[in-house]
Amino acid sequence: MSPVLAVAIKEFQDGLRNRWLVSITAIFAILSIGLSYYGSAASGELGLVSLSSTIASLSSLAVFLIPLIALLLSYDSFVGEQESGTLLLLLTYPLSHTQLLLGKFLGQGAIITLATILGFGCSALLLTGQAELGRLLPAFGLFILTATLLGLCFTSIAYVISLSVNEKSKAAGIALVVWFFFVLVFDLALLAALVGIKEGLDQQSLVQVMMFNPADLFRLINLAALDTKDVNGVLAVAINSSWSAASLLLIMFAWVLAPLAIASLIFKRKTL
Amino acid sequence: MSSVIVSLNNTGKQYQHTRVLHNIDLQLQAGEVLGLFGHNGAGKTTLMKIILGVIKASEGQAKVFGVDPLSKQAWQGRRQIGYLPENVSFYDQLTGKQVLTYFARLKAVEVASVGELLDKVGLRQAMDRPVKTYSKGMRQRLGLAQAFLGDPKLLLLDEPTVGLDPTATQEFYQSVDQLKGDGASIILCSHVLPGVEQHIDRAMILSGGRSLAMGTLAQLRRDANLPVSIRTQGLNGALQANANLSQLLVAQGHLQVSEQDKLAVVKQLLDYPELRDLQLEPADLGRLYQHYLGTAAGNTAKSAGGLNGGHNDGQSANIQSQAEVKPQ
Repeated sequence: MSPVLAVAIKEFQDGLRNRWLVSITAIFAILSIGLSYYGSAASGELGLVSLSSTIASLSSLAVFLIPLIALLLSYDSFVGEQESGTLLLLLTYPLSHTQLLLGKFLGQGAIITLATILGFGCSALLLTGQAELGRLLPAFGLFILTATLLGLCFTSIAYVISLSVNEKSKAAGIALVVWFFFVLVFDLALLAALVGIKEGLDQQSLVQVMMFNPADLFRLINLAALDTKDVNGVLAVAINSSWSAASLLLIMFAWVLAPLAIASLIFKRKTL
Repeated sequence: MSSVIVSLNNTGKQYQHTRVLHNIDLQLQAGEVLGLFGHNGAGKTTLMKIILGVIKASEGQAKVFGVDPLSKQAWQGRRQIGYLPENVSFYDQLTGKQVLTYFARLKAVEVASVGELLDKVGLRQAMDRPVKTYSKGMRQRLGLAQAFLGDPKLLLLDEPTVGLDPTATQEFYQSVDQLKGDGASIILCSHVLPGVEQHIDRAMILSGGRSLAMGTLAQLRRDANLPVSIRTQGLNGALQANANLSQLLVAQGHLQVSEQDKLAVVKQLLDYPELRDLQLEPADLGRLYQHYLGTAAGNTAKSAGGLNGGHNDGQSANIQSQAEVKPQ
C-alpha cells in the first residue's frame, strides 16, 4: 500500500470514529432540508420554496458553516501530532513530507466531500418532487461542487495554520481569526470601500478583489447561476460581471491548491 | 560481518544562536550496541535526529548505511531503521492494534507481523482496547513494538525503559540482545543507568553537546581509574591491624582499591581464615558517568556516588558480573 493511501485511510477512519462525517452530514442535511422546506415561512406560507431562493439562502448559510467546519476538522492535523510526538516519528518513516500532507488532505478532504454530497444531496432529493430535474441537477450539482471546493480550500488553509505554529491552542485561535476575516471582515471592508470611495471601485475591479476570497467566490458562482431577483447586497453588483462560471471555478480550484503548496513548503522548512 | 552502519564524522549542529552538538565522531558497527548517556539537553536527541535524517547536521558528515540520511538514496534504508522517541503518545482513540497496523503499512511491513509483535511485547490481551486506556508502561511497550517493526538493522531507542516494570525491562533487554544477535545495531539513549551495563558494547557520554568519553566500559573504567570497592565480612579487627590494608579502608570492612592493586589485595584478604564473605564491586556506569561529568566540569568527582543513587540499588556486582563486560 502506498504511504499516501495509508495516511488517507487512517485520517478517513479517524473522521468516521470521531463522528465527524455523521455530524457534518447531519448539519448540512438539516440545514438544507429546513431551508428548502421552511424557507418561505417568513412570508407566511409553508412548503417547498423556489429552487433559486433555496440555493440563494443555502449559499449564504453554507458560506459561514463550511469554512468553520473545515477549519475545525483540520486545524490540529499537524500541530496535534507534533505535540504528541507522532509527527517526529512519522518523519523517520519512509514517508516524505509531501506524502504525509497529501495523505491527510485526501483523507480529511474525503470526509468533507462525502458529507457535502450526502448532506446537501438530501434536500436535492426532497426538491425532485417540485422542481424539474433539468434545472435542479445543474443548480444543485454546481452548489455541491463549489461547497466541496470551499471545504477543501479551508482544509488546505487549516494545514498552513497547523504547520506554522507549535501549539494547538495557537492554531485554534488563528483558525478562528482566519474564518472571521474571510467570512465577515472581508465583505464588510469591501462594502465600506464600495460605499465610501465614490470612484474607487467599478464593477470589474470589485469582482477582481473578490477573487482574493474563496468564500466570496463560492457565493459569486452560485448566485450568478440563479435568477438575480433573489439576490441583493454587494453580490448583486458583482454578479453581472463578465467572468464565466468555468473561470471562477478554476480560480476556486487554485484556492485549494495554493494553500496546499504553501503548507508543503512550510512543512519542508519546519524544524522539529 | 564488520560493516559500518552509522558513521559520524566531526558532526555538529547549530540552531540559530546555540550550538547543541560539537564535533561528534562515531562509528557504529553491525551488531553493536551503543549506550548514549547524558543529562536532558546534552544533545542525545539531536544526535539521534541527525542519524534518523530528520534534521541536517550543520557541519561534518553523517552517513547511515553508507549514505547521507537526508538524501534520496537513504529512502529505502529507512525501512530498516526503528525509532522509539522519548515521550511519544500514540493516537489515543485508536486501539493498540490499529496504531501498529498503521505504522506497519507506512513501513511497508506485512500487517500479519503486527500480532506477533504485540505478543512479543505482551500487549496481546490489550490490543483491541483504545490506547487511551493504556498505562504508561503499556504505551511504552507499544512504542517498542513500533520500533521493532520490520526487523530493523538499526534501532534508536530514546529512554526505552522509562515506565517499564522490572519484568518488562528484563524482557526489553532480552529483545535487545536478540536483535543484536540477529546483527542489528542499536543505540540506547538513557539517563537511567542501572541494568544497562550488561547489554551495551560501548558507551558514549555526552554533556553540553560534547562527547566526554567514548569506549567500552572496560576502557572507560581504565581511563577513569576509579577505585574498586571491596566489602568484606568477618574480618573485624584484622584489617585495621594490617598496615597495608588499613590505608585503603573507607569504612568498617569496606576497602577502596585501585584496579592495579585489586588482585594483590584480594589475595591478601583470602589469606585470612576468618573471612566469611567478599564482595567486589567495580566502578559502575553511574560512577563512571559522574566521574566524566565531574572531570568536564573541572572538578574531579572521584568520590561521587552513582547517578540517582544508581550503584546503591542492589547493584552489588560480584566478580562474575564483571567478567561479563569485557571489551569485544
